[in-house]
Amino acid sequence: MSEEHYLELCGNPVQFENASSVNNVFFDEANKQVFAVRSGGATGVVVKGPDDKSTVAFRMDDKGEVKCIKFSFGNKILAVQRTSKSVEFINFIPDLLHLEYSQECKTKNASILGFCWTNWNEIVFITDQGIEFYQVLPDKRSLKLQKSQSINVNWYMYCPVTSVILLSTTVLGNVLQPFFFRSGTMSKISKFEIELPGVSKPAKLSLSERDIAMVTIYGQLYVRYLKHHSRTLNNPGAEVILYHLPRDGTCKKMHVLKLNTTGKFALNVVDNLVVVHHQSSQTSMIFDIKLRDTEGTLNIHQPVLPARSIHPYKIPLTGPAAVTTATPVPCELYSSTWSVFQPDIIISASEGYLWYLQVKLQPVVNLMKDKGKLMDFLLQRRDCKMVIVSVCFQLLNGSDKGNLSVIATVFDKLNQVYKEYLEAEQSYPVAVETGQSRGNPAQKRPVRTQAVIDQSDMYTHVLSVFTEKKDVSHKFIIAVLMEYIRSLNQFQITVQHYLYELVLKTLVHHNLFYMLHQFLQYHVLSDSKPLACLLLSLESTYPPAHQLSLDMLKRLSTANDEIVEVLLSKQQVLGARRFIRGVGGHDNISARKFLDAAKQTREEMLFYTIFRFFEQRNQRLRGSPHFTPGEHCEEHVAYFKQVFGEQALMKPTAS
Amino acid sequence: MLMISPRMATGAQEKQYPPSLLNFFVYNPKFGPKEGEEEKKILFYHPNEVEKNEKIRNVGLCEAIIQFTRTFCPTKPAKSLHTQKNRQFFCEPEENFWMVMVVRNPMIEKNNKDGKPVVEYQEEEILDSVYSSVLQQCYNMYKLFNGTFARTMEAGGVDLLKQRLEKFFYRYLQTLHLQSCDLLDIFSGISFFPLDKMTYLKIQSFVNRMEESLNLVKYTAFLYNDQLIWSGLEQDDMRILYKYLTTSLFPRHSEPELAGRDSPMRLEMAGNLLHYGRFLTGPSNLKDPEAKFRFPKIFVNTENTDEELHLIVYKAMSAAVCFMINTSVELTREFCEQLDSLVGPQLTLLASDICEQYSINRRISGPEKEPQFKFIYFNHMNLAEKSTIHMRKTASVSLTSIHPELMKILGDINSDFSRVDDDEEIIVKAMTDYWIVGKKSDQRELYVILNQKNANLIEVNEEVKKLCATQFNNIFFLD
Repeated sequence: MSEEHYLELCGNPVQFENASSVNNVFFDEANKQVFAVRSGGATGVVVKGPDDKSTVAFRMDDKGEVKCIKFSFGNKILAVQRTSKSVEFINFIPDLLHLEYSQECKTKNASILGFCWTNWNEIVFITDQGIEFYQVLPDKRSLKLQKSQSINVNWYMYCPVTSVILLSTTVLGNVLQPFFFRSGTMSKISKFEIELPGVSKPAKLSLSERDIAMVTIYGQLYVRYLKHHSRTLNNPGAEVILYHLPRDGTCKKMHVLKLNTTGKFALNVVDNLVVVHHQSSQTSMIFDIKLRDTEGTLNIHQPVLPARSIHPYKIPLTGPAAVTTATPVPCELYSSTWSVFQPDIIISASEGYLWYLQVKLQPVVNLMKDKGKLMDFLLQRRDCKMVIVSVCFQLLNGSDKGNLSVIATVFDKLNQVYKEYLEAEQSYPVAVETGQSRGNPAQKRPVRTQAVIDQSDMYTHVLSVFTEKKDVSHKFIIAVLMEYIRSLNQFQITVQHYLYELVLKTLVHHNLFYMLHQFLQYHVLSDSKPLACLLLSLESTYPPAHQLSLDMLKRLSTANDEIVEVLLSKQQVLGARRFIRGVGGHDNISARKFLDAAKQTREEMLFYTIFRFFEQRNQRLRGSPHFTPGEHCEEHVAYFKQVFGEQALMKPTAS
Repeated sequence: MLMISPRMATGAQEKQYPPSLLNFFVYNPKFGPKEGEEEKKILFYHPNEVEKNEKIRNVGLCEAIIQFTRTFCPTKPAKSLHTQKNRQFFCEPEENFWMVMVVRNPMIEKNNKDGKPVVEYQEEEILDSVYSSVLQQCYNMYKLFNGTFARTMEAGGVDLLKQRLEKFFYRYLQTLHLQSCDLLDIFSGISFFPLDKMTYLKIQSFVNRMEESLNLVKYTAFLYNDQLIWSGLEQDDMRILYKYLTTSLFPRHSEPELAGRDSPMRLEMAGNLLHYGRFLTGPSNLKDPEAKFRFPKIFVNTENTDEELHLIVYKAMSAAVCFMINTSVELTREFCEQLDSLVGPQLTLLASDICEQYSINRRISGPEKEPQFKFIYFNHMNLAEKSTIHMRKTASVSLTSIHPELMKILGDINSDFSRVDDDEEIIVKAMTDYWIVGKKSDQRELYVILNQKNANLIEVNEEVKKLCATQFNNIFFLD
């Protein structure tokens, strides 16, 4: 059976002391840090970051049970919440006092639901009655209120990537109020309402924070709502609704992801894919909002692939445990003790592991039969290059070989992305010069993603290897090469000469000269000096190549010297002279080359004519018919004298 | 080289007779070597009504001439025999198989002093090169549809060969219009359709996809407006197939698009809304339950692999595709329906694409690039031919827009060119105001006819240079 698990847990999880009665575990989404707090901090706090190096360990006094604990950016200041009235702070900046200082919420009778850092020294308290935005002054060990806003809050949500806080308000809880924070300012974004499946009576909080998350997909912020359907309504199942939350403008319902089932779900976003885990079936499905099935303002999506479980995972054994048990222990997937965090984090507090969820592309290739759709999918993925290349290669080879229209579609998709990159690259320096980029952060230097598969990639990894294959018919090889060239042309991408050479070599190898001739006749293989030279070399096997080559050199208009060389090598001395005179280059040509060629013809009159021509040129240019020593024509002068006599030499005429 | 043509315009009260076909026969001297068995040598004789002994005499004469001239040059026996009344052309396309064509010289009927009509044969008016080529073409066309003589002999002996020759030449000779043969018959070239790269690549892509989908197809050729765009066949085979398509098959099928609005043809088209595709060979109507799925057979690559193929010609608007399929495959109704439904819509689309692109290109290049000169261009390398002298060819005659006298001069220049390998240029001052320039550069030949009052040699030379600069700027053409 081919590999079908397209999701996996990362191989190097963050390990921490598992949660227990004496050890509380906290996770901070902003810094992706796990806090293991033993005995309220008295016996130690261990902070594990996303990589091994960022581990921090310290002690603090046990002043009651810790409700929430988070570092500010850069681990500068630690904030700890133990009560619903205040938050304590500890400086972690060298040379500053390590003593705790505290801040109570300003609103009377309000209780703090939580807090979030929006900068290394800026913090927001969220209370049941509003939000308070503070600046922390670590040297003074105090906080300064910057701004506050009164509003009834059921619960809140924070997206550290975009610094947006979302508050659930009203009785039902389905009116969401976003705030946006940036360098000391707090701005309110227009609120919006989540459509609930049914209104319960009497009115009570109906929107749970478990069903809402803020996620960034393809660079855009979405509020993600997991809409459960009551089973009685004979509904096909739950759905995920994505509300697009632009920085300015109103929040709009944009995408609906059909889950086609009911039950308990957890969601991640990995590589811009929405991953939905379904606990009862122990499977996950993925959605890609860029693969659209329908056009229109609201897009309804089905899972990209059939649901599959995460790849079976064995807990790697490290430290002393490795000695005691020989085999790694299989990990229980979709465990009820799992906590899922945005965007791509799964934590098992009971086992003490933090994993990043990953998408594996190779199983996707096996599962998705429609190659066009597969390409659309792969081109949006981060580490797609080698997979795309291998898909292309498979498409041209072996049992899974695609037909030409599929190949054409795939080439077109690749070149679409390639062209977009080339255009961005081209317009970038222009934008910089004209100063458009100033104050416009959108005009960044275009990043070359892995999805940009250029001609050189195709040549190296796919086409050159493929054309070497013995078991593929040459007809198919040529059709594929032409299809690729057609696609490049369609996107107005200049085709590199090595592709033409590949076509030419393949045609020559199979003696398809007439085909080659026709391609050249319609300028399908664009003119270049290397190609012209290659053609010249074919003359002995295919005489018309000579004409084709000369035509090409002529059209290049920068290859007059080469044309003269070719003609002289054919002993067409007069032709060469007429040509060079026609293009006005006869004052610069080498007399020696022409005389050599003329002598080789063994036609004395021809030699005479050419000799006289150069004598006249010398006369005209230098006022004397004699050759200069630099021209190295002594041998020819001697030959001329020998054949025609000394008196035949041209006499200098006084001008 | 400058020549002044001595020919004068002919008088008005004379009656002219163009050259015409007198005899055409095929024989093999090995088939009746003994005396009294001479008749066995004759494989085909036109006209058939000729008395047996005369046939034998004429064949014998040819045999004797060839045998006699062999004594001077064993490898190159006589190619033609000039007599006052006619000219005979000999050709040995396959070993010991001889084809002979006897052409009556053109004549002028004049009244002598007494007012009696006197016939004057113009034995110098016809060109060997033109009619030798016509004879060679006769063989090539025969071979295209029947294969080589040798192959037929293997398959069914003399009787089959005689039968095939009779069947083929009976019709074919009627389509020989000897009076309108000229330089173009010598070239027997191919007119290529001018096209931009992108559209050309689309056609390539189309051809490749069709060959893949209809995986029986061995070769494909693509034409537009009776001009070639793509040939999967080798050059020589394409050359003769092209000749057949453009002078015989296409003219027989007039365009339904050009047919009047209310013509029955038009109405039939309207029934098929999806596309304009139709078969030019094989079934004329796929829906006809009686339809026969038989296609003409052609023989290609006779030199080596000797393949026998079905020739399917399918056309939508001005675009025509030839699909060639090995005759070992039997073509069924299903196959034809599949081809029709697959090729029809795509070809219709492609045809309108080409048409659109062509008119765009014409608009860009502008009318000033349209040649005001009358010229004939031919490239021996790719057989590309271009003539602004000849009108569109029809089934019956190729019309030229110039006096036959001038065409004759073109032929003469061509004969001069063929004698030497070097590049050459010949300028001829013809009848009043006409100048004819012939240029040969490498494998290319160009003939220009200028009609400028009181032009001198230098001016003529300049004009031709200008023409080359505008019409042939993308090829290497020595001035």
